[in-house]
Amino acid sequence: MKILVCISNVPDTTTKVKFKDDHTSFDDSGVQWIINPWDELALTRALELKEDAGNSVNEICVIHVGAASADATLRKALAIGADKAIRIDACAADAYYVAGQIAEYLKENPFDIVFSGIESSDYNGSSVGAMIAEFMDYPGISSVTSVNLDDDDIQLTRAIPGGKQVLKTETPFVAVVQKGITNEPRIPAMRGIMMARKKPLEVKPAAEIEILTKSVKFELPAEKGACKMIEAESAEQLVELLKNEAKVL
Amino acid sequence: MNFEFTEEQLMIRDAARDFAQRELLPGVIERDEKAIYPTEQVQKLGELGFLGMLVGLDYDGGGMDTISYVLAMEEISKIDSSVSVIMSVNNSLVCWGVEKYGNEEQKQKYLKPMARGEKIGAFLLSEPEAGSDATSQRTTAVDMGDHYLVNGTKNWITSGKSASTYVVIAQTHPELKHRGINALIVEADSEGISVGPHENKMGMRASDTHSVMFNNVKVPKENLLGEEGFGFKFAMKSLEGGRIGIASQALGIASGAYELALKYAQERKAFGKEIINHQAIAFKLADMATEIEAARFFCLKAAWLKDQGKPYGHASAMAKLYAADTAMKVTTEAVQIHGGYGYVKEYHVERLMRDAKLTQIYEGTSEIQKIVISRGLVD
Repeated sequence: MKILVCISNVPDTTTKVKFKDDHTSFDDSGVQWIINPWDELALTRALELKEDAGNSVNEICVIHVGAASADATLRKALAIGADKAIRIDACAADAYYVAGQIAEYLKENPFDIVFSGIESSDYNGSSVGAMIAEFMDYPGISSVTSVNLDDDDIQLTRAIPGGKQVLKTETPFVAVVQKGITNEPRIPAMRGIMMARKKPLEVKPAAEIEILTKSVKFELPAEKGACKMIEAESAEQLVELLKNEAKVL
Repeated sequence: MNFEFTEEQLMIRDAARDFAQRELLPGVIERDEKAIYPTEQVQKLGELGFLGMLVGLDYDGGGMDTISYVLAMEEISKIDSSVSVIMSVNNSLVCWGVEKYGNEEQKQKYLKPMARGEKIGAFLLSEPEAGSDATSQRTTAVDMGDHYLVNGTKNWITSGKSASTYVVIAQTHPELKHRGINALIVEADSEGISVGPHENKMGMRASDTHSVMFNNVKVPKENLLGEEGFGFKFAMKSLEGGRIGIASQALGIASGAYELALKYAQERKAFGKEIINHQAIAFKLADMATEIEAARFFCLKAAWLKDQGKPYGHASAMAKLYAADTAMKVTTEAVQIHGGYGYVKEYHVERLMRDAKLTQIYEGTSEIQKIVISRGLVD
């Protein structure tokens, strides 16, 4: 069984977000790039499944739609343990475009399972995984918190309001995974880091996919007001402020 | 001159940082206070390959350069120098010596398990009457024909109890003085070896430091490292590289304390503003940042020289001297910046200050480094 993990290249969470070109694009100067945290969890789970002797998973690949500046992030995925990385050489214009590119790759290079993180920490679109399933006419399961493949019997758990849902499905399918899919993202071992450059990183040209959206403007959220500290004994003052100043009571 | 790190070096640094935050930070204060050996943490460190970073890939190591090692040691030491000293001794003193001077059988039998982190190594040089003056060491390894018979006591041994593999420096031909000293690989469970109680140290309390006593311990002849009489030179060469490890540890202790002090100074208010906006504190932080950066350059330069195959003993002595003194100064200032909070165990800086002191003492005191440096000025 082969698993394809979709990887987004996102700014480190401590990045101070700035925009350029009159607020029409993200200013990436000086940005430290990392694997999208949810994709990192997805990759970790995929590797755990490969290491589990109770199933037939034997290859983990990662795929990314983006420029060469993402290669370092892809090599980190290889260092963590992926067998191969594929980069579709294109600017990730929007979720439909990204999903379309990955789907075109899948048509030529079928995989049994596709993992996608539930969202990327930069755009938070939560769309790519479901769109890939739609493009490929695969079952697409969202909010997945566990994937088990004991003896290749596929069982997934997804979070639903107030509980969880346990599902069975067959390959090929797309699982849009979230926190809970594994405990913690894997730290690359030293040998893994040194071997990463020896693993294949294929660069593929972009397919013809329509770009459906265009960012018109970016804005930062309004600055939060200063925090007002109320003494623990002053409940009456707190109630008065909530009622008359914040007007939430 | 290129001051940029490679992609691999940055990945290694980030891996060490993530490991330290995730695996070492939880419980580090308790482990220090109660002197609890970090068994689980060291095992995970070994599984990731940190204990054999510098060992070649052919011997199941990480095949990394010394610059990567400096970066990893700094990150681990920012959080837990008890763990980083175990890492430093295993990498710099034991694995390095066996890989450089051991024969193929010794590498297969002893180096590989240590590189994989399955076994821990310890370096046994110091004795009750021989610390800085290593030539005065009294442990003997008498040549009995088909084996050496080792008798004596070694002390201040990092990983003295947890190690499976000892590299022991002992005298075989006393008439030849330091040229009659040998380096032997000794299995820690050999008959006749006993280990003293865990030393109750001021700092780095979770690493196990013991005396190790040898009473008629038989060591096979094939466990001799290098040639007969090479032991003293072996020890000195090993310590040259070990200094880079300890310098990086001191750098990490300093930078860890600095980061905590910087954060605290931006949060703590006095006289109407954050204390970082008071010049007295701002200037302390500026001095700390500058000295740490200088210490970092010393460490990286020594590492670079070693990686280039150039002589690095002088540079590593400077690195250790400066970084250890910096660690002591910076941690003391970090406690000062924290005020009363810096004096209590719930805050990490008091532990870092206690840890810093040892870097001025072990693997060659600051005074010994000055001897090495001053002799190198006229060579």
